[in-house]
Amino acid sequence: MPHHQEAHRPAADTVARGLGWFSLGLGAVELLGAKSLARWMGLDKHEALIRAYGAREIATGIGLLTSRDPGPWMWGRVGGDALDLAILGTALSDRDAETDRVVFATAAVAGVTVIDVLCAQSLDASRRNESDRHWDYGDRSGLPRSPTQMRGVARDFEVPRDMRIPEALRPYDQAQRRPL
Amino acid sequence: MRALCWHGKGDIRCDTVPDPEIEDARDAIIRMTSCAICGSDLHLYNHFIPGMKDGDIMGHEFMGEVVEIGSSVSNLKVGDRIVVPFTIICGECEQCRRGNFSVCERTNRNASLAAKAFGHTTAGLFGYTHLTGGYAGGQAEYVRIPYADTTHVKVPEGLTDEQVLFLGDIFPTGWQAVVQCDIQPSDTVAIWGCGPVGQMAIRSAILLGAKQVVAIDCVPERLSMAQAGGATTIDFDEESVIERLNQLTNGKGPEKCIDAVGLEAHATRSIDSVVDRAKQAVMLESDRPHVLREMFYVCRPAGVVSVPGVYGGLIDKIPFGAVMNKGLTIRTGQTHVNRWTEDLLRRIQEGQIDPSFVITHTVGLDDGPEMYETFRDKKDGCIKVVLKPH
Ligand SMILES: NC(=O)c1ccc[n+]([C@@H]2O[C@H](COP(=O)([O-])OP(=O)(O)OC[C@H]3O[C@@H](n4cnc5c(N)ncnc54)[C@H](O)[C@@H]3O)[C@@H](O)[C@H]2O)c1
Ligand SMILES: [Zn+2]
Ligand SMILES: [Zn+2]
Repeated sequence: MPHHQEAHRPAADTVARGLGWFSLGLGAVELLGAKSLARWMGLDKHEALIRAYGAREIATGIGLLTSRDPGPWMWGRVGGDALDLAILGTALSDRDAETDRVVFATAAVAGVTVIDVLCAQSLDASRRNESDRHWDYGDRSGLPRSPTQMRGVARDFEVPRDMRIPEALRPYDQAQRRPL
Repeated sequence: MRALCWHGKGDIRCDTVPDPEIEDARDAIIRMTSCAICGSDLHLYNHFIPGMKDGDIMGHEFMGEVVEIGSSVSNLKVGDRIVVPFTIICGECEQCRRGNFSVCERTNRNASLAAKAFGHTTAGLFGYTHLTGGYAGGQAEYVRIPYADTTHVKVPEGLTDEQVLFLGDIFPTGWQAVVQCDIQPSDTVAIWGCGPVGQMAIRSAILLGAKQVVAIDCVPERLSMAQAGGATTIDFDEESVIERLNQLTNGKGPEKCIDAVGLEAHATRSIDSVVDRAKQAVMLESDRPHVLREMFYVCRPAGVVSVPGVYGGLIDKIPFGAVMNKGLTIRTGQTHVNRWTEDLLRRIQEGQIDPSFVITHTVGLDDGPEMYETFRDKKDGCIKVVLKPH
């Protein structure tokens, strides 16, 4: 949830929503076309993994599109990208892999990663600028004197029995064998 | 009359609806003088609490003047000024007699629905879900008070609406959150959330004599108000809550932890919160328990975790191993409002505290829908909204 909603949508926000649609599309392709995609890269045995990635992309896409603050979701995408790159990296050393195509996929993911990182960073920055404009309620204590002077003024209050800390957990004086 | 009505997620409108009427001998009708928007209303507005119906009248923090009473209400008369607790109470059942008013056994007219969701029924609440009776709320020109002979707090002469309005909800809520921590003079109390409830909890912890009060949020103006009340503050956008709390307590953790955030906790860039959001989106989990996880982890062994923040259903990945092995005590609940109001009213009269400090916006009922958005999005420095229906 955003802490400050802006009247106009900054560019990063629009990019984030765009990436949300991209995630949905990519997720659908991975989920539905896992088999052919795996075959294309020569990574047939990773079909289930690709499908799982599809599910993740869709969740991220929904997040980016439905949340009022896409910031955390953008960092989620960045995390996903890192994972993708790591897996593609190991796939490169896979003897069955269609190396050219895996390299192509890696380059594509790397490109998207750059966009993701830039977008996530600028969302963060715009949020920081937002919170620079701030209201100060430093004079609203609600207390007649300083908090230090008011500390303990209500100690006359007797905590009802059912709300006291269990006796066993009270500060205890072992030597005197009674609560402090 | 005009009333703020719920029409779905993010859709509250100021509608014209029929005036309420006396339906039972224990009823009363009041003409609203002031009502407020509460953080719990936001959970309904964002539709995280199930059991709302199109057209439900919102609002559970309100006060006004009695204009009509049922035949068996003998302790109220037309013209009396009353604050209405958000929990409707019969005053006679076993739970009411124990002072556990928010779990009154008789006032929830949808008791079987509640029992299905929670195992047993809880009290009827104004302007809340049909799980708690679906009673019309008080963000309206008039409201019917069921069980009016027990469900009220009389306002003595000489106090303004603003001074006493919050006796109906957030002041006793912040107070009970701290009372159930059983504060010792050596205690550090950590309070998550500097919304209206957190602000009341901070003042309560100071008055009840805690050594150190630490307040956590990420909204600068809310943190500034927390500081004004005597709290040391942590901005969770800027620093690690766990590290800082340990640092403020010589590595031992706060003895008492209070969750004044509830099920819509947000967290910046933490992995658990991203997972929670995804699960919530696909309905694998209804609530986001980031704050609970943090509290259980950081709370000092043998400490108390107090949860006034509202949760509605299911949560995941709770480090219960920490709770069990550290021997933590968990206390929670909707507030037993009337258990505290007499004492708190006296403290307001004696000038120990003036709860009106928290009000940042006062508007008419027609501006209510817009104010929901302002309050939810923390725009315009908004912390607490008071509506004046007449
Ligand atoms: N138990 C009761 O009877 C009772 C009564 C009233 C309100 N409530 C509940 O208390 C909670 C707070 O109410 P409010 O009116 O103050 O609402 P609010 O929404 O104004 O305040 C919540 C605050 O928590 C902050 N927050 C969000 N995530 C956080 C995190 N991870 N760490 C620290 N702070 C975080 C938000 O920035 C906000 O300032 C709500 O859940 C509400 O439903 C309970
Ligand atoms: Zn409330
Ligand atoms: Zn009862």
